[in-house]
Amino acid sequence: MNILSLLGSMPGAVAQGFIWGIMAIGVYITFKILDFADLTVDGSMCTGGAVCVMMMISGHSIFVSFLVAVIVGMITGLVTGLFHTFMGIPAILAGILSQLALYSVNLKIMGKANQALSVRNYDLLVSLQYLRNVPFYKNSIFVIVVIVIVLIAVLYWFFGTEFGSSIRATGCNLNMSRAQGINTNFNTVFALMLSNGIVALSGALLAQYQGFADVQMGRGAIVIGLAAVIIGEAIIGRFFSNFAVQLLAVGIGGVVYYIVYQIVIWCGIDTDLLKMLSAVVVALFLGIPYWKSHYGSGAKGGKKNA
Amino acid sequence: MLEIKDLHKTFNPGTVNAKTALNGVDLVLNEGDFVTVIGGNGAGKSTMLNAIAGVWKPDRGKIMIDALDVTSMPEFKRAKFLGRVFQDPMMGTAATMSIVENLALAARRGQMRGLRWGITNAERDEYREMLKTLDLGLEDRLTTKVGLLSGGQRQAITLLMASIKKPKVLLLDEHTAALDPKTAQKVLSLSDKIIADHNLTTLMITHNMRDAIAYGNRLIMMNEGKIMFDISGETKKNLTVEDLLEKFSAKSGEEFANDKALLS
Repeated sequence: MNILSLLGSMPGAVAQGFIWGIMAIGVYITFKILDFADLTVDGSMCTGGAVCVMMMISGHSIFVSFLVAVIVGMITGLVTGLFHTFMGIPAILAGILSQLALYSVNLKIMGKANQALSVRNYDLLVSLQYLRNVPFYKNSIFVIVVIVIVLIAVLYWFFGTEFGSSIRATGCNLNMSRAQGINTNFNTVFALMLSNGIVALSGALLAQYQGFADVQMGRGAIVIGLAAVIIGEAIIGRFFSNFAVQLLAVGIGGVVYYIVYQIVIWCGIDTDLLKMLSAVVVALFLGIPYWKSHYGSGAKGGKKNA
Repeated sequence: MLEIKDLHKTFNPGTVNAKTALNGVDLVLNEGDFVTVIGGNGAGKSTMLNAIAGVWKPDRGKIMIDALDVTSMPEFKRAKFLGRVFQDPMMGTAATMSIVENLALAARRGQMRGLRWGITNAERDEYREMLKTLDLGLEDRLTTKVGLLSGGQRQAITLLMASIKKPKVLLLDEHTAALDPKTAQKVLSLSDKIIADHNLTTLMITHNMRDAIAYGNRLIMMNEGKIMFDISGETKKNLTVEDLLEKFSAKSGEEFANDKALLS
């Protein structure tokens, strides 16, 4: 067990962690703000990657490829939103249906189970080849951090506007929102579109970074996203009430998740077990506040932090 | 102001659980009417208020607000005409948002919510002044999350929210029933003051006959989905709880056997 090999893997873990952090920010919008456990993300993550890769292969610029990936991601959110609001399907099931459908859609977009996007043939925004021996502005970590900061700034502004506030109200109390004249169905659909657009952006970045899109790439994304949200809240978020800090905490939560992931691999644990490990960790973190409020003495304190 | 014609609503129709909640309700509210609504459990009081608010569509009948037929208008669109306070103090406010954010949401009721900033600084000062009138010390806690407040405080804020944009009709659905007696009285007199200050047309459901007599200029009693009687003016002022009980058993042929209504 060579500590240098662990350290060597850190820049990659940070870059990839922030990419997953962007996905987690999307999850934060649905899970925390909208109070909607949206499982679409397992599919839309890959959709973003698949669309971006196919657009680049067919000769479009990076900018156009990203834009189309985000738009298609938003459409996946639209579908889940309509399942829920227009057809009355429960939130979790609506997401599962979209996720299942997207597996076929993603295969059809790519034409096969995976598509390579070699950094040698294309001018990419981020790549694992761009971690060393490149000027700092081309360094993938730098690029991704800039994207994260811009994204947080835009979301901070958006959720402070009248429309953004009405989405927060929708997630908090549907009855009150409707009584105050808020179109809760529209807001629910819009927030799902926003969230899945961000998730698709993350998928597009990940596909570029790793140099391929794969139909399996989003599997378990919702769990990783929740893990990042929970980690972010535990180590940073709960000490601050500022919304921008909350979002940043989620992004950093993604990085911490990936660093831990690298350490686990470095320790020689069977990588087949990693998904189970993630699930157990998320289950425990979701369970602890519940136990505290039911059995602990700190029932009130736990509620306050929630 | 508000006109209800022949309103019918049956829940779970065609099943063993079918329940006729409204069975032909007719009601006209004039501008400035403050109507208290009483009746036993299942009489259709809340159902009537929910029909007016547009929670669901009635099976039959018509609801007009200011001569505008709103019967099929969705709840969120109708909200611009209405102010609502619910029985459950948790229901009227957004717990994870601050006091000012809640008021700012209510101040935009019926308006297009665009990409302007959600609260302006001028509004903050305005809300501080409004909160002072509640006399609950909330003017110093503008950014406190509403979820940390007591039930009475939350109902007081919901009342402010309901009246911040003058509604055509204010709907109070047993809004003091979940509070302790002292707080309930405080919230009730606050409601009375707000209604008088803004001259609001109001429907207030209550379980408490004394309150139903003491407040408002008109009283209606419901039973089995219908309005049994409608009293206003001098006759209402001179009512006693005994009168009401007598009228109830005379009309419906049964005792008004609700301990809560008798004792409170």
